[in-house]
Amino acid sequence: MDIAGTVMIAVGLFFMTVTAIGLIRLPDFYTRTHAVSKTDTFGIGLVLIGLAMYEGATLVSLKIVLGLLFISIANPVAAHVLARSALQVGIMPWTRRNSAQEH
Amino acid sequence: MVSAAFVGIASAILFLSALSMWRLAVGRTIYDRLLAAGVVGTNIVGLLVVLGFVFERPDMFVDLALTYALLNFIGTVAASRYLARHPEEGA
Repeated sequence: MDIAGTVMIAVGLFFMTVTAIGLIRLPDFYTRTHAVSKTDTFGIGLVLIGLAMYEGATLVSLKIVLGLLFISIANPVAAHVLARSALQVGIMPWTRRNSAQEH
Repeated sequence: MVSAAFVGIASAILFLSALSMWRLAVGRTIYDRLLAAGVVGTNIVGLLVVLGFVFERPDMFVDLALTYALLNFIGTVAASRYLARHPEEGA
């Protein structure tokens, strides 16, 4: 179980690195939301699964899985509410025509 | 895994959160800053669970992680819904 937990944590850390890189490099708010919400939830999910596999079958790992389920539901909902609120305010998506002003 | 590997994992998560804080400081709109705050919050949830394994008390830190995940979600949703109703507050 230790090897599988280590592999899960390593892959999760890779996805969290992709999240941080995408948050810095992408040109627009909507592209950043799209990249960050998926990879961040998946990366933190893999890290938590790896830690639960390392712990074994105890109450602590059950609570870790519970937190993982809540994050899997809550993070995409929060990203959706954020993007919808930005669209209602009037932030326009980035296109290639106005690429000279952005980024 | 020995405790040194957990300390390495915790420092890696902390480094990634520091990278996201750059977008928190330099964000063109306020929604960028809200997004970066959500990312930092989610990273801190993972960091809390790893710190539970570092300090040999995983039961307490997992409770802290669950509470902070709730607070992070509620804060992001509340701030974005407030900014949708009062668009002049976002600079």
